[in-house]
Amino acid sequence: MSLAASNRLPVLRVAMSRDDLMMRLGVVLLAVVLLVIVGLPLWSLLSKGFEDRDGKFVGLANYVSYFSTPALFDSALNSFHVAAVCTLIVVPLAFFYAYALTRTVLPVRWLFQGISLIPIFAPSLLPGLALVYLFGNQGFFKGALGGPIYGFDGIVIAQVFYCFPHATLILVTALATADARLYEAADALGASKLRVFFTVTLPGAKYGLISAALVVFTLVLTDFGIAKVIGGNFNVLATDVYKQVIGQQNFSMGAVVGMVLLAPAAIAFLVDRVVQRKQVALLTARAVPLIPKPKLGRDLFFTAFCTVVSLGILTILGMAAWGSLIKYWPYNLSLTLANYNFTNFDASGWDSYFNSVEMAIGAAVFGTALMFVGAWLNEKTREFFLMRGIVQFLAFLPMAVPGLVLGLGYIFFFNAPNNPLNFLYATLAILMINTVAHFYTVGHLTATTALKQIDPEFESVSASLKVPVWRTFARVTAPICLPAILDIAIYLFVNAMTTVSSVIFLYAPDTKLASVAAVNIEEAGTTAAAAALCIVIVITSAAVKALHVLADRFLLGRLQAWRRR
Amino acid sequence: MTMLATMRRAAILGGVALAAIGLSSTAFAQKTKLTVYTAIENEQLEPFKKAFEADNPTIEIAWVRDSTGVMTAKLIAEKDNPRADVVWGLAASSIGLMGSMNMIEPYTPSGAAALKPVFKSGKNPETWIGMDAYLAVLCFNTAEAEKNKKPKPTSWADLTKPEYKDSIVMPNPASSGTGYLTVAGWLTIMGEEAGWKFMDALHQNVAQYLHSGSAPCVQAAKGERLMGIGFDMRGATEKTKGAPIDLIVPKEGLGWEMEVTAIMKGTKNLDAAKKLADWASSHKANELYGKYYAIVADPTVKSMPQNYPADGEKLMAKMDVEWMAKNRDRILAEWTKRYDGKSAPKAK
Repeated sequence: MSLAASNRLPVLRVAMSRDDLMMRLGVVLLAVVLLVIVGLPLWSLLSKGFEDRDGKFVGLANYVSYFSTPALFDSALNSFHVAAVCTLIVVPLAFFYAYALTRTVLPVRWLFQGISLIPIFAPSLLPGLALVYLFGNQGFFKGALGGPIYGFDGIVIAQVFYCFPHATLILVTALATADARLYEAADALGASKLRVFFTVTLPGAKYGLISAALVVFTLVLTDFGIAKVIGGNFNVLATDVYKQVIGQQNFSMGAVVGMVLLAPAAIAFLVDRVVQRKQVALLTARAVPLIPKPKLGRDLFFTAFCTVVSLGILTILGMAAWGSLIKYWPYNLSLTLANYNFTNFDASGWDSYFNSVEMAIGAAVFGTALMFVGAWLNEKTREFFLMRGIVQFLAFLPMAVPGLVLGLGYIFFFNAPNNPLNFLYATLAILMINTVAHFYTVGHLTATTALKQIDPEFESVSASLKVPVWRTFARVTAPICLPAILDIAIYLFVNAMTTVSSVIFLYAPDTKLASVAAVNIEEAGTTAAAAALCIVIVITSAAVKALHVLADRFLLGRLQAWRRR
Repeated sequence: MTMLATMRRAAILGGVALAAIGLSSTAFAQKTKLTVYTAIENEQLEPFKKAFEADNPTIEIAWVRDSTGVMTAKLIAEKDNPRADVVWGLAASSIGLMGSMNMIEPYTPSGAAALKPVFKSGKNPETWIGMDAYLAVLCFNTAEAEKNKKPKPTSWADLTKPEYKDSIVMPNPASSGTGYLTVAGWLTIMGEEAGWKFMDALHQNVAQYLHSGSAPCVQAAKGERLMGIGFDMRGATEKTKGAPIDLIVPKEGLGWEMEVTAIMKGTKNLDAAKKLADWASSHKANELYGKYYAIVADPTVKSMPQNYPADGEKLMAKMDVEWMAKNRDRILAEWTKRYDGKSAPKAK
């Protein structure tokens, strides 16, 4: 983008202004923050890959011994296989769903939008439990899959459920901003619908599509929760990390596998660089927002499509909700509310739930501010390529890091006796920081996608009018991006409510989280109570999302009035 | 009421609540707060804490509890700046590993002399003191057995019969301590060669190797599988909750592990930590353990928790903890090569 913009607007290639200087300082500060919350903790664990168990430097010996184990290739192959299959299913599904939400006239659009997000509201335990109730050896539809649910099939179904909203969120942002004039022109030129779709719609959403594919691929690759519950003997790299770290306390080997998992992140980073150069701003200063007009055939088709997808999501959720109310699966199916009395199943009872809510609010507020301002700084700062590249890379890393690796890295880094930040360790704050860091990538991508669609002319005009850049940010950029900002906040909130793999290492006596409690309760065999806690988490996030929808309507009505013609 | 008035009232209430919290925390300021890491069952946390604090009113326990693997990894990762004062209820093998990393403060608690020798580290002073033992038993679902006309096994050898194809689950020893002690138990009872031969045959009947020591008995209890090899207490509690399972102690003997107490080196509350170590090896504490476990450290405590297998203690294998620790990497590598390399059979 920067190349294209500077070519188009050569007038603005003047000496550094005060704004430029301020923004560069901002980028440097951002790089430092990301280094502290992502880079250094990761390195403090990954560097153990070059040490033996006693901490002596051994060079690449661990890598050699790991790569000479045939089981690695099975795991790596399995990981890439399952991630590729899930990406091929999720991205088209999410694209058409997002298309339906943004480009067609759906009845109860808000409901479809809400349902599409349900999977993200749920701890990854939930689809696992629900699938066992549905297709397990005692399940209602046992045998319907033609084989056991444990293994490849189970992982794919659960991952598609789990990744769907992540992709939808990115694609809705990508499709939400479009210039109606392009479509009017295409229409006037008599282009067929199919042609318009391939020459206007798809190219406009290309950045979003590629981001969505990268996110889904790496999510599947690094997620351990689903593979643990439903993966059977299907070994993947993420379970290998678990075996090394949790099963054998072998941090060196865990670090080696963690490093192997970073490879896709590096690839994702490079792909993003290439795509980014080619993306052109969609929303020029003269753009006219696209408002879909009713069209019966198309709308009926997409309503049916969304209904089918929604029913699939609701079935899994409904199964878990029902499972939370039964006495003892599968031998006593009478209903009870006793499973919601969490004090009977976990010593922290409902406290963990309130810890979670507090942590999620903090992560949403601070995380959104950091991610949006950060993405803006990184997008709108001119030149300064090296530093911006570093920020972009650090923002991409967390996506590819298994939670176990990040969590342990946080212990090594933040608990070090000589780290001035070690007062943060064992507080609620470190759980917030960890969560923001862990989910940085998607928030950053969402903000970047939204920012890319705004014409740099806005800044150029402001600059020539001598309006300080921060005023343009506050008056133009942030209001235009408000829907994306709210989306990021919600995304952080709901993920903070469900995250397990990283925070499981970081909670203190009084900061246990509900998502961790749910895993502990499930381990103890009280599946129904674990389902109940999952349902409470889902309801909380759904309620917050409902508030968001209301706020969105109100704010859209006021701040986004320009979108209307 | 106007919106503003409501908000003002809420703010005042909030302020009062904050003040109250402030007051109550100063009232308890004299108490020593001990951070205790543990992997004992959730339902045991409250009773253990209450019983100890009743006898030691100046000390307050703050628990951090998770599964054995997570707690062990966390403790070792925190090695350079330990956050735990005491570990009360973690596998002896985990504490052994930490001991070899010089993370344990040696201390012989007052009640140690009266305990069974096997429940002590044997060092002077002691590095850890055992609390209870748990076994890797067989949880057998009688309802499913009846439905599918499967006989009840009585020995490990029975498990290799073809009629049990795909109906057994057990923990993966590479991800679960219970899994490792099960495998080590077989190698101890049968000897290496026969042990591996047995596992080769067993592998034909194993539907899945799970990532937790609790999960196999839970899956058996819920009829997901005919039987699971795993953590005994989990089976007993599931049975108490109404699961149609029997806990079988195979007649050849079985592998087992202890939960132990140890003081962390570097604790800032050494006196309080010693008090807890003393209490944790007392007769009173052992009576408390006995409510949950059949086999406890104090020989004078006779306990039989509900639905616990009766003859477990007699059939406990003669486990050599040091041998287990020394040969762990080798055994896991061999096990992984034999059974973990292949993925699940594709469903077609």
